[in-house]
Amino acid sequence: MDNARFLKFVLGLNALLPLGLLLFDAAIGSLGANPVEYFLRATGVMTLVMLLVTLAVTPLRKLFGWNILIKSRRMLGLLTFLYCSIHLVTYSFFDKSGDIPAIIGDVIQRPFIAVGMAAFLILVPLALTSTNASIKKLGGKTWQRLHRLSYLVAILGVVHFWMIVKSDLFYPALFAVGLSALFAIRIYYSRATKKPLQKPGLAIRPD
Amino acid sequence: MIGIPGISLAIIGISLLERALGFASEYKGESKTLIMTSPDRTEITPEPLYLNRRNFIRAGVFAGSAAVTGLVYNAYRPDTITPGPKASGAEFGELARKPEFQSSETPNSFEDITNYNNFYEFSTSKTAVAREAQALKTDPWSVEVGGLIEQPRSFSLQEILQFPQEERIYRFRCVEAWSMVIPWVGFPLAALLEQVRPTSEAKYVAFETAYDRSVMQSSFSAGIDLPYVEGLRLDEALHPLTLLATGLYGRPMPKQNGAPVRLVVPWKYGFKSIKSIVRITLTDKEPPTTWNIAAPREYGFYSNVNPTVDHPRWSQGSERRIGELTMRETLMFNGYEKEVAELYRGMDLEKFY
Repeated sequence: MDNARFLKFVLGLNALLPLGLLLFDAAIGSLGANPVEYFLRATGVMTLVMLLVTLAVTPLRKLFGWNILIKSRRMLGLLTFLYCSIHLVTYSFFDKSGDIPAIIGDVIQRPFIAVGMAAFLILVPLALTSTNASIKKLGGKTWQRLHRLSYLVAILGVVHFWMIVKSDLFYPALFAVGLSALFAIRIYYSRATKKPLQKPGLAIRPD
Repeated sequence: MIGIPGISLAIIGISLLERALGFASEYKGESKTLIMTSPDRTEITPEPLYLNRRNFIRAGVFAGSAAVTGLVYNAYRPDTITPGPKASGAEFGELARKPEFQSSETPNSFEDITNYNNFYEFSTSKTAVAREAQALKTDPWSVEVGGLIEQPRSFSLQEILQFPQEERIYRFRCVEAWSMVIPWVGFPLAALLEQVRPTSEAKYVAFETAYDRSVMQSSFSAGIDLPYVEGLRLDEALHPLTLLATGLYGRPMPKQNGAPVRLVVPWKYGFKSIKSIVRITLTDKEPPTTWNIAAPREYGFYSNVNPTVDHPRWSQGSERRIGELTMRETLMFNGYEKEVAELYRGMDLEKFY
């Protein structure tokens, strides 16, 4: 196993470990007095964690040259989608008893549900196009442009979290700060690459 | 408890990960440059040794990272403080059990009632309050009763326990759309108010929770103004259902539930039932209330349980009874409509939410 694959394996395992532990604790009744609420919150938080980890790949490559991470990025994105789906299914089944009209009513009436649902609906096409065939079909540029929507998903996700807490904004703020930092690094590097000095031809100087 | 080993394991995990990654790239770079620049081939690690070392590091990264993830998970997992053997009411002697205040519903377990609490002075996490609240000092304790009354005075906890205590099984509905059934121990607030004799100007009762900064968190951390304050209209305070609770399940009030004495107003959202009371003041004006200060559009002074008036952000039409997985319908005035509807006759309950 080369290092890139080993890293992918370690990242995948650590991303799935909380889910395994959650399901185990749910099975043995160790999720506290309100297990549904805890499971719902934990899968929501894990979605945000996975989103930030996925979005951290490019900044980490630029900052530290950790290009090895790129091989894990699509898997991380798909695991984000997995947590998000479980979060939505938990809400739909336990909070809404699978009542589709009630869920639609919730989306219309409650802005925080609408924001969360929008984030999920944007994630769906991103997850569906996470194959080599899709990249070929769409072309690298278009595919990349489509997948830039993950930034929007992250913003919606943090807003969704921010809107539901009663008074303790510490964790939503933590995610907001993390996301802002990732954006700042990206913006810094995208500006830096636009400098004329970086253009090919000009960068080569005779000594 | 988990903090220190968690952090040290995190450091080990990160350094191992860095070494594995750094080692890999370093080695690749070196293998080329070394061959070109250094004639001394003995500096290159022999391949079997390199592979062994790599496997060793990989095993470390694998186990270390999983351990860190597990520890982080564990730190956030709701922990349950196991209460001691269940007392049979010996602390209070024989408790009166009036039939009109009993219930056919099964009370929630002592474990659930004492491990799922909102007490923002200690933690904003409902599952962390049980642990954090153990720092509360409840002895000695006294409640200052003042304002528009004929006999301002202070009640020690011993004096409060002199009032005839009874057991009442009430539904408890939190504004967050969960509920419990709780066998409280206590006595009607009216009994205490009758002793201090409110004057004719008294229209409201204001309550205040203890605020001990040495064991409680700041307003900033809690996200609400502290000390916590609540209030009732005088007729609500004098209603026979309104309880000053001193215990539950026949035992003295656990700290996480608002020891040693708290209010219980079963037809209102839980946050009206103020915990760990140190001050009761009779006033002629509607007193300020903590959650109303924090978000006036979301939490009104009345805050009666009402399935037809939603919280601006979520539905109040249904609730999750702790111990059940799906939701059940919320009852008007939390099922105490017959007893309390008269208090609000002619009031627009959408306006006075």
